[in-house]
Amino acid sequence: MKKLMLTNEAVARGAYEAGVKVVSSYPGTPSTEITEFAAKYPEIYCEWAPNEKVAVEVAIGASIGGGRALACMKHVGVNVAADPLFTAAYTGVNAGLVIAVADDPAMHSSQNEQDSRFYARAAHIPMLEPADSQEAIEFMKLAYRISEEYDTPVFFRLTTRIAHSQSFVVTSEREERPLKEYKKDAMKYVMMPAMARARHLAVEAREARLASDVNRMGVNRAEIRSSKLGIVCSGAVYQYVKEATDASVFKLGIVYPLPMEAIRKFAEQVDELMVIEELEPFFEDQLKANGIACHGKEIFGRQGEYSVAFIREKLYGIPSPKSTLTLPARPPVMCAGCPHRGVFYILNKLRLAVSGDIGCYTLGALAPLNALDTCICMGASVGVSHGFDKVGSPAAKKMVSVIGDSTFIHSGITGIINAVYNQSDITCIILDNSITGMTGHQDNPATGRTIKGEPAYKLNLEALLKSCGVGSVRVVDAYDLVELERVIKEEVERPGVSAIIARRPCALLNKKYPPALHIEQEKCMKCKSCLRIGCPAIESIEGGVRINPELCVACGVCETLCKFGAIVG
Amino acid sequence: MLDILIVGVGGQGTLLASRILGAYAERKGMDCKLSEVHGMSQRGGSVVTHVRIGRSVLSPLVSEGEADYILAFERLEALRWSHYLKKDGILLINDQIILPMPVITGAQSYPADITEKLTAEGRNYRLVQGLTLAAEAGNTKAVNVVMLGVLFKMIGETEESAIQALEVSVPAKLLEINRKALALGYRA
Ligand SMILES: Cc1ncc(C[n+]2csc(CCOP(=O)(O)OP(=O)(O)O)c2C)c(N)n1
Repeated sequence: MKKLMLTNEAVARGAYEAGVKVVSSYPGTPSTEITEFAAKYPEIYCEWAPNEKVAVEVAIGASIGGGRALACMKHVGVNVAADPLFTAAYTGVNAGLVIAVADDPAMHSSQNEQDSRFYARAAHIPMLEPADSQEAIEFMKLAYRISEEYDTPVFFRLTTRIAHSQSFVVTSEREERPLKEYKKDAMKYVMMPAMARARHLAVEAREARLASDVNRMGVNRAEIRSSKLGIVCSGAVYQYVKEATDASVFKLGIVYPLPMEAIRKFAEQVDELMVIEELEPFFEDQLKANGIACHGKEIFGRQGEYSVAFIREKLYGIPSPKSTLTLPARPPVMCAGCPHRGVFYILNKLRLAVSGDIGCYTLGALAPLNALDTCICMGASVGVSHGFDKVGSPAAKKMVSVIGDSTFIHSGITGIINAVYNQSDITCIILDNSITGMTGHQDNPATGRTIKGEPAYKLNLEALLKSCGVGSVRVVDAYDLVELERVIKEEVERPGVSAIIARRPCALLNKKYPPALHIEQEKCMKCKSCLRIGCPAIESIEGGVRINPELCVACGVCETLCKFGAIVG
Repeated sequence: MLDILIVGVGGQGTLLASRILGAYAERKGMDCKLSEVHGMSQRGGSVVTHVRIGRSVLSPLVSEGEADYILAFERLEALRWSHYLKKDGILLINDQIILPMPVITGAQSYPADITEKLTAEGRNYRLVQGLTLAAEAGNTKAVNVVMLGVLFKMIGETEESAIQALEVSVPAKLLEINRKALALGYRA
């Protein structure tokens, strides 16, 4: 029976049908739902790892141990996982190993627009890319076959538009696969120079064999429609091209290594060959290097997402309607009652510089809080503030780093160990909202629950920080502005490494709030300082301010900061 | 092809609305693609969900100037996305204002003349008292389903088949309220 399915769910379904035994991932938009859906299958062991590197290592272990394995992440997660990946390309696999990676053209929810296809090429790992949900299921099964037949990890690439769209699928049964026998084989699985040199030869031979075989695989196919123009494309762009043009299409299902001979044959059947691909000219440059004349990037550019209208406009000069109005933007905001808000209010009040990190609290960078000085990647806040300290920047004297609980565990902890070891003078505020918030509420080692909702050991952040040698570890209720201000002042003054855990669960986790606060208009002096915390429940109205009772969760942050006692419960 | 854009503010339930339309397409035996928004902008940002229903659907995105219908759950968002409407397309607007942060802080002002602007653009629009109707149904969060009720009526669908699509998409404990919301929208 046909049913509509989100492509990310279809990736999980494909893994399930392929008999995958272990899934280990770290959340990241737009990849998160793959693992969440995989966790619903009782036959699959599924976990959130603390970061992508660990996730890939777990998957490698499961694969060598004999069961099919999957690790999922967003594009920047591959940077974190790159170390094990590049060497897993050398060891190859026992049971199939697939790494799902979701790119985010247009940066709907990301800090950069990197193109993960280069990792396939750099690490010599084949990469598949589906163009809808049904293909996601079929390609996952193919990915495992390729992995085992060619003894290689396989990348499974998605982009936001495919990952987060639904289309019809037909599912099949799971193929249960007994564990493959594990045999100790140091020449294959222990990578030190002597063994790795031999394996490097195997990598090259494997890639040559694959580069030839992909010319005959059905997922790479020519669809001849016109002899004038031929277009090479993959993924979402394939759908756009089919709809926007009547050109012939070469659809790539395997985006690395490229089926050069099949494309060369295709090129001979058309007068003009174009490549249409989002982000970098990954296909185009390789085709050119192989002497296949083509073009495309000079017309379409490297930025953002493409669409049917965009391709029509660039190809045929058909303009698509654009909005000519300048309207107030509607950026995402920290929710009403978000425990991060009060911390930023105090940091602004104390005029502190803030090295930021990645999570819901990154929204503190936006108006009206404008509270962040830097935001680079997950975990960077700690190292960046240590760098400010060591270079002797005057800003370092009045600086803190802020980092979420999940991000701290992901890669902030190593920054803290470094800072203590190298005698830094920094203050790190851990915004512990007891969940991985930004990506939609995933459990993590500090929540005390597994991905399946089962109880787990709850990481003790205080004890962890102390054992790293952090001189002062303080815990404060993130809603208690008075205490927050006092503690932050003290710790910024204190020499050495200090940590403050600002603790309060994400407001969205609590479903039973006290009644909304309101403003006693006769006491309100219209100073509007409550508007400076950027709470979506506090609105500027004609002649004053109002609290929207639909949104207010009575966190009390505005109540504390109002000098006139005009905000009451 | 039926091209529908659902626009609103993160948290207003555009996702559920699109999934109900997906269930509708499934029951009709039509092809369908939905393009959803997950992630950052769900935190109160401007969100858009694309629904395409037809014999065979390729792109999951509705193109600018080609939407048959836009369901706007908020007034400003109606204006923001109105250029997606095709010439004789219809814009259904929930008559609700949700202030964006730049307006809350006073940095920008909320356009007072949204309907005038839409008229000047030559848009075919209809205002719906979605919030009032949702409250009447028992939950102000049901605005999305009220708006779907209006849409199902407009596309000439029977109330029964609208309700069937709803039933497979909504958890049992919320079904009663949503059924009421759908009916109120259908008759609005
Ligand atoms: C390497 C990497 N992996 C994953 C992500 C996606 N991501 C962005 S924020 C975030 C989690 C933030 O959780 P937490 O630190 O607990 O802060 P919260 O959002 O709860 O405030 C994740 C997983 C990323 N940006 N980079």
